[in-house]
Amino acid sequence: MRFAFDDDQIDLRDAVRGLLADTCPPETVRTAWSNSTGRSDAAWGALADMGVVSMALPVDAGGLGLGALDWVLVLEETGRVALPEPVVETAVVGAPLLHALGCDVPAPPASIATLLDSGASLYADTAECLVVLDGDALRMVDPSTARLTAEVSVDRSRRLFAVEMAAGAGTVVATGPQARDAVAAARDRGALAAAAQLIGLAERMLATTVEYVSVRHQFGKPVGAQQALKHKLADVAVAIEFARPLVYRAAWSLDAGDPDSAVHVSMAKSQASDAAELAARHALQCHGAIGYSYECDLHLFMKRAWCLARSWGDARSHRDRVAAAVVDA
Amino acid sequence: MDLTFTPDEQAFRDEVRTWLSENAPSEPLPSGDTADGFALHLEWERKLFDARWSVVSWPREYGGREATLMEWLIFEEEYWLAGAPNRVTQNGIFLLAPTVFEFGTAEQQDRILPRMAAAEELWCQGWSEPDAGSDLAAIKSRAERDDDAGGWRIYGQKTWTTRGAFCDKLFGLFRTDPDAERHRGMTYLLVDLDAEGVTVRGVDRLDGDEGFAEVFFDGAFVPDADVLGGVNQGWSVAMSTTGSERGLTLRSPGRFMATAHRLVDLHRRCREEAAPDLRDAVARAWIQAEAYRWYTFATVTRMVDGHQPGAESSLNKIFWSELDVDMHRTALDLLGSGAELDEGAEGATDAGLWMKGYQFALSGPIYAGTNEIQRNIAAERVLGLPRK
Ligand SMILES: Cc1cc2nc3c(=O)[nH]c(=O)nc-3n(C[C@H](O)[C@H](O)[C@H](O)COP(=O)(O)OP(=O)(O)OC[C@H]3O[C@@H](n4cnc5c(N)ncnc54)[C@H](O)[C@@H]3O)c2cc1C
Repeated sequence: MRFAFDDDQIDLRDAVRGLLADTCPPETVRTAWSNSTGRSDAAWGALADMGVVSMALPVDAGGLGLGALDWVLVLEETGRVALPEPVVETAVVGAPLLHALGCDVPAPPASIATLLDSGASLYADTAECLVVLDGDALRMVDPSTARLTAEVSVDRSRRLFAVEMAAGAGTVVATGPQARDAVAAARDRGALAAAAQLIGLAERMLATTVEYVSVRHQFGKPVGAQQALKHKLADVAVAIEFARPLVYRAAWSLDAGDPDSAVHVSMAKSQASDAAELAARHALQCHGAIGYSYECDLHLFMKRAWCLARSWGDARSHRDRVAAAVVDA
Repeated sequence: MDLTFTPDEQAFRDEVRTWLSENAPSEPLPSGDTADGFALHLEWERKLFDARWSVVSWPREYGGREATLMEWLIFEEEYWLAGAPNRVTQNGIFLLAPTVFEFGTAEQQDRILPRMAAAEELWCQGWSEPDAGSDLAAIKSRAERDDDAGGWRIYGQKTWTTRGAFCDKLFGLFRTDPDAERHRGMTYLLVDLDAEGVTVRGVDRLDGDEGFAEVFFDGAFVPDADVLGGVNQGWSVAMSTTGSERGLTLRSPGRFMATAHRLVDLHRRCREEAAPDLRDAVARAWIQAEAYRWYTFATVTRMVDGHQPGAESSLNKIFWSELDVDMHRTALDLLGSGAELDEGAEGATDAGLWMKGYQFALSGPIYAGTNEIQRNIAAERVLGLPRK
């Protein structure tokens, strides 16, 4: 038993952290809220150059051949900066899914949108390829042949689309149990990736709040010296610290092909969702009205957390999966 | 990362499991916080010791088996899963012992540790006083120099001393320099409770067991050989003990995993009548017990790599103590109106141990430094928030 990342994994995380600090500051996220694509462009290109977009593809398919244990740390970093990009859908869910089913996936893959999580598809308008489960058939559809109707997410950088397409559109990639199993695995990767992003987001909100309450003075001292705020933030730290190991453990289980890996993913996602929501709630309260303003960056992270907490399954539905395996058995 | 157990670790687990299945009492012992129950727990402790299971991670010469930290965690998992008795030796083996290993002289180690491992000498913790709880540095009990006798004469009172009425020895903090600033001038003394000038009075706890004691000192003698870690160094020595209390050793994950298992089992028996949302609460309990388990594997890995845990052990203490309360609360909800049936009641489910356990769980956020104090520490020393 050894629960620690190796140096290569930490180095990759640090490299991604550095790259995103440069290419995805809060202004980038803010720009994505109102630009035509909802995306960062510069950060995506830089991540593609670094190999991150194709990281989960095998080396002989032009990828980095990384497993969940490697990419989970990368995803945490994308959460930390609220990266407005389909990194979950493309790098972690779509590309490996299509590759595993024998499709030719370019490396780096162009962006991929899916209809595997909810009824709306994230960044479908800028994706080259849309992956849809249609009955028991998994299809690859060219989004330009589908009718996309823009939805409006509270996180304006999350460009969601309702998708209508002609019966039998696109090409069938897999059917029956093969499609079902591949999609189940892809959804688990999506849930784990979202969990990792939520950890990064929660840490970001905590760090930003610690900084703010240390400098904001009322009653002649920093508001962060008030115990009521200290205790809220300590509770956030507890929530994060006791969600994180479940995320890493689920990543290990996915890589190891553990028969219970889906349950482990659900443990991770439920705890990470709850931790990030707690972080958002307390971060806002500790900021006071400034945090309630559109101008303050906090809401960029908070709204992303609200969305991701319910993407790829919310805390409750994942606990339901755990209950089915552990409690009902 | 390798989240599998090595063949050695697995073999160790198998050995522990086999021994426990053959030797652990099949019925829970009466509470170790009563005189009769304590005596039965001591018999059990001696049985553990004879088979070298009482202090698995200690050196062989003191009765251990030099198990690794990981193996110790495995031992704890198996121990609690087997439903083996509470450790009435815990304040010695889990709190004092790590401090003796760190600060004790060779003579002290050789004298104290083997008898502690064998449960021949039972230790209690003498820190709190009537006017010094969270503010431990406010203690007033004092030790006066007795040069002729080569030691100290102690005066004052300790309180809330767990199982003090049944123990032989007390490790405590005493003021040795009345002029020093609050955190200085304290000394960590090892006191013989049978010494002349010591009076111990048992005090009942919330559940009615005599689990607390008050200890009065009126000139009792403590020889120099029983100063642990140097005169006036008591505070820093005591901080080492609190690290063990909040961090790894006092409450290992095995205990809470075992409670989660029992809770799932209880749900199975009660689910027909229980409110449907309790299924979610049970799943949450399970997930959180797992979270603590994996968090601890990460902590131990860091320790194996040479990093000593610091203030983050406060996060740990908050988490396990709140989890324990939540799990027992869920159990009471599952039991519904039957939850109130106490030990000894004919109709009590699981012999009333859930209500008993709930009462004990409620002390978790109080002892070992209250959770308010832990949150202060976490906020200031982990997050770096301003003190004032
Ligand atoms: C089951 C049990 C076993 C125990 N065993 C032992 C033992 O063996 N040996 C021993 O020495 N002691 C023991 N104790 C005592 C324990 O260490 C103290 O209860 C604890 O340190 C708190 O002190 P107090 O009870 O005096 O509460 P107080 O310090 O009086 O606190 C009362 C309330 O005020 C809050 N409070 C105090 N200061 C602050 C602050 N700065 N910020 C925010 N809130 C604050 C506390 O959190 C608490 O809610 C035991 C206690 C229990 C419940």
